[in-house]
Amino acid sequence: MSLNSNIPEGQLEEKWTKYKSTVPLVNPANKRNLEILVVGSGLAGASAAASLAELGYKVKCFCYQDSPRRAHSIAAQGGINAAKNYQNDGDSVYRLFYDTIKGGDYRAREANVYRLAEISPNIIDQCVAQGVPFAREYGGMLSNRSFGGTQVQRTFYAAGQTGQQLLLGAYSSLERQVGMGTVQMLSRHEMLDVVVIDGKARGIIARDLVTGELERHFGHAVLLCTGGYGNVFFLSTNAMGCNTTAIWKAHKKGAYFGNPSFTQIHPTCIPVSGDHQSKLTLMSESLRNDGRIWVPIKAGDTRHPSEIPEEERDYYLERRYPAFGNLVPRDVASRAAKERCDAGFGVGTSKMAVYLDFKFNMMRYGRVEATKNGLTDASDSTILNLGREVVKEKYGNLFDMYKQITGEDPYEIPMRIYPAVHYTMGGLWVDYNLMTNVPGMYCLGEANFSDHGANRLGASALMQGLADGYFVIPYTIGSYLSKEIAVKPISTDHVAFVQAEKEVKERINKLLTINGTKTVDHFHKKLGKVMWDKCGMARNAKGLQEAIAEIKKIRDEFWKDLRVLGSADEFNPELEKAGRVADFLELGELMCMDALERNESCGGHFREESQTEEGEALRDDENYSYVAAWEFIENNWKLYKEELKFENIKIAQRSYK
Amino acid sequence: MGVFSFLLKSSIGKKIIMGLTGLFLIIFLVVHCGVNALIFMNDGGVLFNEAAEFMATNILIRTMEIVLFLGILVHIFQGLYLVFENKKARPVSYAMTNGNANSKWYSRSMGLLGTLLLIFLIIHLRHFWYVSRLTNELNANETLFDEMKEVFSLLWVVMVYLLGMISLSYHLMHGFQSAFQTLGWNHKKYTPIISAIGFCYSIIIPLIFSIMPIAFYLGWIK
Amino acid sequence: MSGNMNLTLKIWRQKNNKAKGELVNYKVADISPDMSFLEMFDVLNEQLITKGDEPVAFDHDCREGICGICSMHINGRPHGPKHGITTCQLHMRSFKDGDTIVVEPWRAQAFPVIKDLAVDRSAFDRIIAAGGYVSVNTGNAQDGNTLPVPKTDADMAFAAAACIGCGACVAACKNASAMLFVSAKVNQLAHLPQGQPERMERVRAMVAQMDKEGFGSCTNTGACEAECPKEISLVNIAAMNRDYLRANLLDSEG
Repeated sequence: MSLNSNIPEGQLEEKWTKYKSTVPLVNPANKRNLEILVVGSGLAGASAAASLAELGYKVKCFCYQDSPRRAHSIAAQGGINAAKNYQNDGDSVYRLFYDTIKGGDYRAREANVYRLAEISPNIIDQCVAQGVPFAREYGGMLSNRSFGGTQVQRTFYAAGQTGQQLLLGAYSSLERQVGMGTVQMLSRHEMLDVVVIDGKARGIIARDLVTGELERHFGHAVLLCTGGYGNVFFLSTNAMGCNTTAIWKAHKKGAYFGNPSFTQIHPTCIPVSGDHQSKLTLMSESLRNDGRIWVPIKAGDTRHPSEIPEEERDYYLERRYPAFGNLVPRDVASRAAKERCDAGFGVGTSKMAVYLDFKFNMMRYGRVEATKNGLTDASDSTILNLGREVVKEKYGNLFDMYKQITGEDPYEIPMRIYPAVHYTMGGLWVDYNLMTNVPGMYCLGEANFSDHGANRLGASALMQGLADGYFVIPYTIGSYLSKEIAVKPISTDHVAFVQAEKEVKERINKLLTINGTKTVDHFHKKLGKVMWDKCGMARNAKGLQEAIAEIKKIRDEFWKDLRVLGSADEFNPELEKAGRVADFLELGELMCMDALERNESCGGHFREESQTEEGEALRDDENYSYVAAWEFIENNWKLYKEELKFENIKIAQRSYK
Repeated sequence: MGVFSFLLKSSIGKKIIMGLTGLFLIIFLVVHCGVNALIFMNDGGVLFNEAAEFMATNILIRTMEIVLFLGILVHIFQGLYLVFENKKARPVSYAMTNGNANSKWYSRSMGLLGTLLLIFLIIHLRHFWYVSRLTNELNANETLFDEMKEVFSLLWVVMVYLLGMISLSYHLMHGFQSAFQTLGWNHKKYTPIISAIGFCYSIIIPLIFSIMPIAFYLGWIK
Repeated sequence: MSGNMNLTLKIWRQKNNKAKGELVNYKVADISPDMSFLEMFDVLNEQLITKGDEPVAFDHDCREGICGICSMHINGRPHGPKHGITTCQLHMRSFKDGDTIVVEPWRAQAFPVIKDLAVDRSAFDRIIAAGGYVSVNTGNAQDGNTLPVPKTDADMAFAAAACIGCGACVAACKNASAMLFVSAKVNQLAHLPQGQPERMERVRAMVAQMDKEGFGSCTNTGACEAECPKEISLVNIAAMNRDYLRANLLDSEG
């Protein structure tokens, strides 16, 4: 099979407009007879299910949580980008497109990203109309803030809970359709396989997580909107249930996996506090606007931070990147923190953390406040108090969250932060239509590989999820379904359904009958450690080769020594977890293979073999300017390369010096 | 029915009825308390008896009395019905609850306080309303004031009345501001004022009522 | 490690919706004060599995206080002893060595127990489906700045919209009333111009569905507000009552 990205002909600016006016349509009477299965109910899934139902399709939507409102899109803090140019600061569709391509280190498709930028304003309008309470200025107009990697203010936000508000908007649209009977919502259901008939996706096998019953669902098309797979690292900012199972099953049924190793490691997370740690919590990127990052100049310095004088502190980001300082992109900031800690300069009990210190800016704000209030001879402590109030106003909820988790007061002691896995740019390979190489099988949102290249800019994930669901899929699905109108619903007694269900059942029984000695988490933690150490922030050929061997070993052990109690016909969270970890154990290997194959540094993927003399990432456009799409072949993978052509943008090596 | 059926059918409607009847009873208590306070004139009950006579004969007052009884009955039966219905909303109770961490005990005990008040009310009506309005138990020259003197000479009656007033105080402490909340009158500026008035009301009215039996018992009023 | 704790847990175990449940005692040892409450449960479950006992089923997902799925009634209070947080944000430093901790599921007719500590809160979804939305199809929207929203209105709408649908309000209420949850959504939309066209119909429909689900009525004890991890205000309930009255008395469609 070959890769065809199906990008429309013509000028970049005209592609999507032309596409929309010429894509085949399905008439309303036929839409009523076409069934679509949407797996996942996050921003992409909920918006797609609602929009498609509004168009008249018969939709079923699945989520593993108890309600579609719980999907992990809800945890996004910062904001959503849109090229509205409300601030009159020179933003445009082209600029958003350009920033996104550059931020992604030139490993994304031009046409997709341009479309994303083009659609972005409509998303804001749609969300406002749904009643999403975006932040407003006193005049009643929408407010914006700036985010990393850009020079304009184009980020729309709702306090530190933008993801929550956008998701609840999409959720309410979805529930409206549920109320009208056009969407059947199946919560606490997990997709465990895709059914492919005559080369086309025709349904799924889902497990009712409450009763344990396996169900067969037919659909003329299947949309996978199941989010990212950062939990392959065990510790990440993802929710506990985030998994790769749906896209992994799809991958094993023929869908190619694009750029699996592209992972975003977010620089400002609360560090691990012990072996008991189950997940990591992000501290919004916006904190870097007002915090200075430092470590002691002396390795192994155990003094309290307040006892370390100014001249014995190393503000390493400001030192290494004077132009951008603390505001370098996420991947750069993360690697720099790792470099310092590895060299022995880390702080805290684990020594795997750096300080994010607000004192400098509290003093700065305090002086401004003092001047405003006419306090000409205010003492340092008065100034600090005034500044503390300003910081409280801006980041109060984040500081509270930090204190709740660590037990330390960040107004008094600098925050300790360390990078953590946050987002996966990789995912199922899709064409311009968001269709995988398996006809009828689509992949939306974080689950696909499409728009962020090798590194995602802040406030772009929400934009992509909603763009895919609200404004792309309603058009692009027509080009496929218009040819399917004659297809009558296939009986779920079809041999392909029976066979798929049988395989799922056997696998579940296998998991339950190994009767070994180790828990699911035991294996998950082991896998996570290998992935973090060898396929994390820095990677090299030797480590990746070792990782592949180690993962295989863990996988073998898993299938020999796992213990899952309870039965298949009840609510059994351990069994759910076991199935997901089993898939992670396969995905991990592919991620390492992909990282090994890509012998260049780009975005979040840093190969130690490919760096400048100063230790900066070195991209190799000559040899690696492509999307790696992996095909699953029994116990192995085959690589296809989709060349990336940059016709509207001049490629340059990123520099933040 | 039509227009007002929501008051009977919906949970909010039922609470609105509780709120409205509650406020009505609150107003009644002011009148009741005001008239009764005339005993403190310590004029041997002259003024009080005149007022009582007026209340017993004025046609408007007598009509309002019917409305009042309807209000009381609706408040009681609706209240009991809601307690019963709300029990159904949690068929299995918690093994451990720490209600004091999140609310006042009297707010959670309106049903209990209301039931105590109902018992008190029956005793109270039997003492005064029943004898004065429905029977000839009062001798021709015996006044309501005399009846009060007689009834409140018994210690157990005084105790019952005091307990009744304590129940009333707590019932009002929650009920007063709760009625406003139910009727939708919650405002950043005015709610603190309503709460303050409610607090004072729920202390002052029961206090004045409480002093009456005590005053008779201790012979302060002759 | 010093400062670590030994604890006794009394946890509600119930095989499934039909089965009878009971509180069962467990011991956990060497619990770090830096652990979250749910991580302590992870430790317990690892211990149970290793011993061959079935682990405790409980709902959890984001573990950062925003998804709203965690739902434990801890020592008599939803989400435990701390104010303004969810169970997943509760840390063990809030407890002392030797403590006994009682953990139960949310209790309400409308939230049937699925297993152990996990309950079914789909009633909330059905209430939203009854009217908790603005009827605007994708593509219908005008420019986001066409309708200015005063900052105070936007902020009030946001404060109500911060609800995470965890159900602590129901769990805390002596009547298992869902008024705080419902009023938060009603008011979010009532504060915005986009919510006006359906304002009256929305409150009627959502209240009707709430009643149908078997939640109790509101006695204004304020327990919901006190236990809400997002500190949703009781003012929302009063405002909903007002809208409800208006919808039934003044709206010609009512």
